[in-house]
Amino acid sequence: MSSLAAQKTAGFSALLEARNLTRILPAVVPVTLVEDISFEVGEAEFVAITGPSGSGKSSLLYLLGLLDRPTRGDVLIRGTKTDELSSAELSQVRLEQIGFVFQFHFLLPEFSVLDNVMIPMQKLGKLPQRDQLDHAKTLLADLGLEEFLHRLPAQLSGGQRQRVAVARALANTPDLILADEPTGSLDSSATEQVFESLQKIVETQNTTVVAVTHDLDIASRMERRIHLVDGRIDYDRHR
Amino acid sequence: MMLLLRIAATHVRNRLRQTIVSTLGVALGVGFSVAMASLMEGSQRDFMETLIEAIPHVQILDEQRSPAVQPASKVYDAIEFHGLRPREDLRGIRNPIEALASLRDWVNGNLAQRLSGQAVLRYSGQDIGMTLIGVIPRRELKVSKISDDMRKGTFEDLDTISNGLVLGDKAAERLGAGPGDTVTLTSANGIAKRFKIVGTFHTGVTANDESVAYAPLKAVQILLEKPDIINSISIRLANISEANVVAARAERQLGYKAISWEEANEGLMEAFLVRNIIMYTAVGAILVVAGFGIFNIVSTIVHEKAKDIAILKSLGFPEADIQQIFVLEGLVIGVMGAIAGSMLGFGLSSYLSSIEFELTTNVEMTRLPIYFSALHYVAASLLALFSSGIAGFIPARKAARLNPVDIIRGAT
Repeated sequence: MSSLAAQKTAGFSALLEARNLTRILPAVVPVTLVEDISFEVGEAEFVAITGPSGSGKSSLLYLLGLLDRPTRGDVLIRGTKTDELSSAELSQVRLEQIGFVFQFHFLLPEFSVLDNVMIPMQKLGKLPQRDQLDHAKTLLADLGLEEFLHRLPAQLSGGQRQRVAVARALANTPDLILADEPTGSLDSSATEQVFESLQKIVETQNTTVVAVTHDLDIASRMERRIHLVDGRIDYDRHR
Repeated sequence: MMLLLRIAATHVRNRLRQTIVSTLGVALGVGFSVAMASLMEGSQRDFMETLIEAIPHVQILDEQRSPAVQPASKVYDAIEFHGLRPREDLRGIRNPIEALASLRDWVNGNLAQRLSGQAVLRYSGQDIGMTLIGVIPRRELKVSKISDDMRKGTFEDLDTISNGLVLGDKAAERLGAGPGDTVTLTSANGIAKRFKIVGTFHTGVTANDESVAYAPLKAVQILLEKPDIINSISIRLANISEANVVAARAERQLGYKAISWEEANEGLMEAFLVRNIIMYTAVGAILVVAGFGIFNIVSTIVHEKAKDIAILKSLGFPEADIQQIFVLEGLVIGVMGAIAGSMLGFGLSSYLSSIEFELTTNVEMTRLPIYFSALHYVAASLLALFSSGIAGFIPARKAARLNPVDIIRGAT
């Protein structure tokens, strides 16, 4: 019995559930990005979404991250249906429970490394200012970036920027981190650093990481792999 | 809100050149608007003050507001009379002493009676048509500021010299006469009387300075053959804003036409209103143009910052926050422009008020009349902020509606 099946048997409510997700882009000839995808992800899982180009990996990730709305189906976060949530409520869910890491880091270029990590905390406003600063510094230090706190993203290497993006994703201690090709634009050394960072998060912080990747070596080192072909799940297997 | 303001300020700060140009646009709009408003209101106030100083607040004249009804018309309703010849009443306010006493009972201010008429002033072979005003000097001094306008002699001298005459300095200049000289005044009925010039005045209103003269009431009554008659009562109120009310009550009480200074200058007031509308429309147009500059910069930032918008949305910033950021960017420029513009406006107003010149038309001025009022700065700044807010709001709404997935896909 798989671990997920075991959790279900124990009445476990999944952290993330995709339920019959379908996303069709309206056009003269409608384009189906993903079709009828269902799966569940539990806590502290390290999941790879793989597949050839155009298979719908990133589209699925945007649906899971509530950045896009499905044409049919629903995404449930800790058992809560999200299809009826307003745009503002979805934003709040993203702020509190989801962290994103994109392929091209997507840091705010005019803000320092420290500011980039602190902005989500300031938006959430749960921690006092002093604690926000300490937490941001700790996150950056854990990722080996303590020397670059006041640098702008443009003054960092690709790997360093991506680690800042990881620190930012962790800022509000979310339950779930969604990464879209987090190592896609990095060399092998930086790839290793970022992968290890994500792995460490899963192991030490009990955070679930779902990462889209077409790097099969990286995917093979993750505990679960959901493979897509033409917008559908080809297979979903554990290591 | 502080976080959103910080993000907005960072965006604006990093586009220094564009920001400076847009801020200058707003500053120029606010600055010129303040300077123009100060000048316009200053000139209006200056004009009004000169006018109000020169005329009584309320003047009761020896005439009715509407023609007197013929006695026959009162009797026969359905009959029209043509060719009726009304009786020629002697002009003048009847029972002046009683009328003045009844007004003094309730009017909060000073009253003075006058008898005005036309006379020809002759001196050294020259004739000038004058408006001769017979006054009781000590009372006249309480309803007009003529004593402030005296250039030679004093107005009080009319009280001590029974045939004294005070006339405008331009009239005196034309005649070549001055204090101490004796002139002849001839009424329309051909009565001539000699008067001794005891002083000259200069009001700055050329028409008055050229053709108005004051003499003791008794002397004028004799000259015009109107013994014990006056034809106007001047009232100077303690509170000028009561002029309309006092005029209406006096008219009801005495039956003579009573005109407040506002009614007397109704056309002028309307002209000022039209002038102010034109001015504020022009100033508004300047600020709208400045608003286009802000619209331009915020639109550019929205275009350039599409990726940042996607990042912020993915971080959990709702659409309302994104919209606020870009509206704040417009407002940040607006606030900077309003502050710089207020300083510019103050500088311009101060400079304009320091320019000296001499212009003689109807009213003389030696400096541009500038009125400094905080209201001008507040109004111009609020208008600038409104314009900035709207200019920021339109692109901000577009920014808030951007789909982050489209932007992320475009970037990757």
